[in-house]
Amino acid sequence: MKKRKLATALSGVMAVSLALAGCAGTENASNPKPAEGTKPTEVKKEEPKPAQTTIIVGRGGDSVGLDPARITDGESSRVTENVLETLVAYEQDNTNIIPGLAEKWEIAPDGKTYTFTLRKGVKFHDGTEFNSEAVKFNFDRWMDKSNPYHDKEGYEYYNDMFGGYKGDPNHIIASIETPDPSTVIFKMNRPLAPFMQNLGMFPFAIASPEAIKKDKDKFMEHPVGTGPFKFVEWKRNDSITLEKNPDYWQQGLPKLEKIVFRSIPDNSARLTALTSGEIDIMDGLNPDDTQRVLDNKDLQLFKRPSMNAGWLGFNLEKKPLDNEKVRQAIAYAIDKPGLIKAFYGDFAVPAVNPMPSSIWGYNDSIKDRTQDIEKAKQLLAEAGHANGLKLKFWAMPVPRPYIINGQKMAEAMQQDLKKVGIETEIVSMDWATYLEKTRLGEQELYLLGWTGDNGDPDNFLNNHFNKNNIGGSNRSFYKDEKVTDLLLKAQSEVDQAKRTEIYKEVQQILFDQAIMLPLVHSTQPIAASAKLKGYVPHPKGNESLEHVYFE
Amino acid sequence: MLAYTVRRLIMLIPVLFGMSLIVFSIIHAIPGDPALTILGEKASPQSVEELRENLGLNNPWYQQYFSYVKDVVTGDLGTSLLTKKEISGEIGPYLAATTELAIFSLIFALFVGINAGIISAWKQNSWFDYLCMLIALIGVSMPVFWLGLMEQWLFAQELKWLPSVGRDNARDSVEAITHFYLIDTIMAGRWDQFNDVVKHLILPGIALGTIPMAIIARITRSSMLEVMRSDYIRTARAKGLGQFFVVYKHALKNAMIPIITIVGLQLGMLLGGAILTETIFGWPGIGSYIYTAINNRDYPVIQSGILVIAVIFVLINLVVDLLYAYVDPRIKYR
Repeated sequence: MKKRKLATALSGVMAVSLALAGCAGTENASNPKPAEGTKPTEVKKEEPKPAQTTIIVGRGGDSVGLDPARITDGESSRVTENVLETLVAYEQDNTNIIPGLAEKWEIAPDGKTYTFTLRKGVKFHDGTEFNSEAVKFNFDRWMDKSNPYHDKEGYEYYNDMFGGYKGDPNHIIASIETPDPSTVIFKMNRPLAPFMQNLGMFPFAIASPEAIKKDKDKFMEHPVGTGPFKFVEWKRNDSITLEKNPDYWQQGLPKLEKIVFRSIPDNSARLTALTSGEIDIMDGLNPDDTQRVLDNKDLQLFKRPSMNAGWLGFNLEKKPLDNEKVRQAIAYAIDKPGLIKAFYGDFAVPAVNPMPSSIWGYNDSIKDRTQDIEKAKQLLAEAGHANGLKLKFWAMPVPRPYIINGQKMAEAMQQDLKKVGIETEIVSMDWATYLEKTRLGEQELYLLGWTGDNGDPDNFLNNHFNKNNIGGSNRSFYKDEKVTDLLLKAQSEVDQAKRTEIYKEVQQILFDQAIMLPLVHSTQPIAASAKLKGYVPHPKGNESLEHVYFE
Repeated sequence: MLAYTVRRLIMLIPVLFGMSLIVFSIIHAIPGDPALTILGEKASPQSVEELRENLGLNNPWYQQYFSYVKDVVTGDLGTSLLTKKEISGEIGPYLAATTELAIFSLIFALFVGINAGIISAWKQNSWFDYLCMLIALIGVSMPVFWLGLMEQWLFAQELKWLPSVGRDNARDSVEAITHFYLIDTIMAGRWDQFNDVVKHLILPGIALGTIPMAIIARITRSSMLEVMRSDYIRTARAKGLGQFFVVYKHALKNAMIPIITIVGLQLGMLLGGAILTETIFGWPGIGSYIYTAINNRDYPVIQSGILVIAVIFVLINLVVDLLYAYVDPRIKYR
């Protein structure tokens, strides 16, 4: 009796599955009217349809949170760049500053007063007015720990870029004044040269004060800004949907009606989805797959300009690395182009300086050392190591955009170094310990790098070569007084031309003394449908898509 | 039956205790300072200290364990380091997505597996039998990610019959109500979208269901072979019953018991073992939730995600055991 019931239940299950499988089968076979997008390639061959207005962006992971001041990872800012805007913006393919929500600005000669004239008639997506009060509201929220809308976990980038919070000894903003709705005046405690550069960063995008006041935690899931696209919906680990902001202040933009960001963790599966037309653009292409994209006439390949640098570092406190000639010898020993060809293919350029050329202030007059075994041996002999020497070579255990395979790259360089008589032992450990120990100076040779934050040379050079940053990012333990003075001088100089001169000089000194051996600036391949137009990848890692359209 | 149920429930306690200990120790199993591992190369000493404090890493381990158990028992699964949201509030849609896929896979595995097993047993040593068992052998040994990628390549990229990623068409996405998209689309009366959701289920469903399907086919076959040799089957045949009736009506019922056990186990595997499938098919389920957490070193989510899967697994096994005792009364006296 009991068994019969069970059998009945099971046959029921089977009947259902039969029905489902049956209906699935007929769909496969005939498939008369696919929903839009499931079979785009066939559709476009049959009849010329009006150009597509929705873009599906395929990416490896979901956003974390959509309040750019609080959450700063790349997958989150990629969405918020489209929804919120900053006072000043970067040019489309470099980090030069252009007007954003601020139409124009004036900087006092002492570098301590910035007066911004805001764009008029701009509205947030919730219909409220964008004005000087809104700007002040946002800055107050970030800088003032007693502000009711300040988040207790803080704002990582605000803290880093503006010297802490209100009341901290190094905080640079003294006050913000709003004489009229379209004027904002920033008064500084001291000049901060990268100030404008910092203002363009996505974490300092202006949010709707009304939306923050209503529920600042909900803002994380429903951002409200002034950008070309409005937030619509978020399905975690699946998709985020934005739609056109019809009242956008830039005439004729955006060109698309809708953006959908879809998470597809597997790189190969994402490429399949692109090939089959389920998505229109993707990043995180496997280097081996780039040829597949180039061979497919329905696809095109973009390269995102680099804003990172990967290097072979020297701990100057460890003998014999304190000797300039030994460091130069190592620089002559390494075959950089060979290394790049083997590990990055076409997706990196050799690095000469510890910052990439997409950042202003880059010194392009320095001619790099090329591999020269004899010269390296000679330098070693001059340094008193004619019989060779032994060093420990620390290799990163995790892939990073700048060093994509620490272990294998170390092995390749080990071979190069062997040729000039330098025996190396590759040392490996877990990532946390690696970071901690290199910070404390236990390493000899080591691999590391940096990804730029604001497109300012200060962000690369000051972090790594100012003697005050020993114990922090200055893992070379470089304590040159002159360079430190130059870097500090550049920080308080407002004139960009003068700063450029200083940074170029610093790069020349670093190169001459071979303080570290910059290896690569890697670029990121992006694959897209061939119909997609108007897309310009920005070196900072992501961009808003208002200029993008389909043919 | 009641006594057995109680006994079986009591047996859960040590299992759950052991599970919680293992899950708890995940964060302590990583080499180095977890806080520094989480924060990476731009970590400042203050932020590391703050995070240590946040995670309670500064307390002795037994205190950490007890506060962890207390939280879990009261339904507090912790807060994601990544999204800064409560995990208990976040996990629902992921569970729904995984459950929908798992059930679809199970239906596929049951339907194909049981029928293949029955027919193989019925036509033992025929070419069909050999073919089925060969496919079953391949199915059991097939790596899921490879099968998944091959399916995508063939059915999505080359033939363009089926979509390769996601739960729905991103250009016309389903409005989530229950987060079970098949139900949501029916509720909304959107049959075109329902169709679309079914299509999105097919490839991941087959990838995920292939191993259980193969296992079920093999178990069914051997179980059926045994039953088919018994006297009552011979009697049924002697009575002049048709072969189909004998196999599906008389034999299958008795062959069912080992199949139920295996199905229960497989359902647990489907729910928990979907990480690879979900990653490849961009399926926003619990597997992809944990995968993202692993990539971002979001330990609270890894812990809670694994805990939830483990608990589901244990509960399904409990249900299967009870069901088994119900079907075969001898079990409860053992």
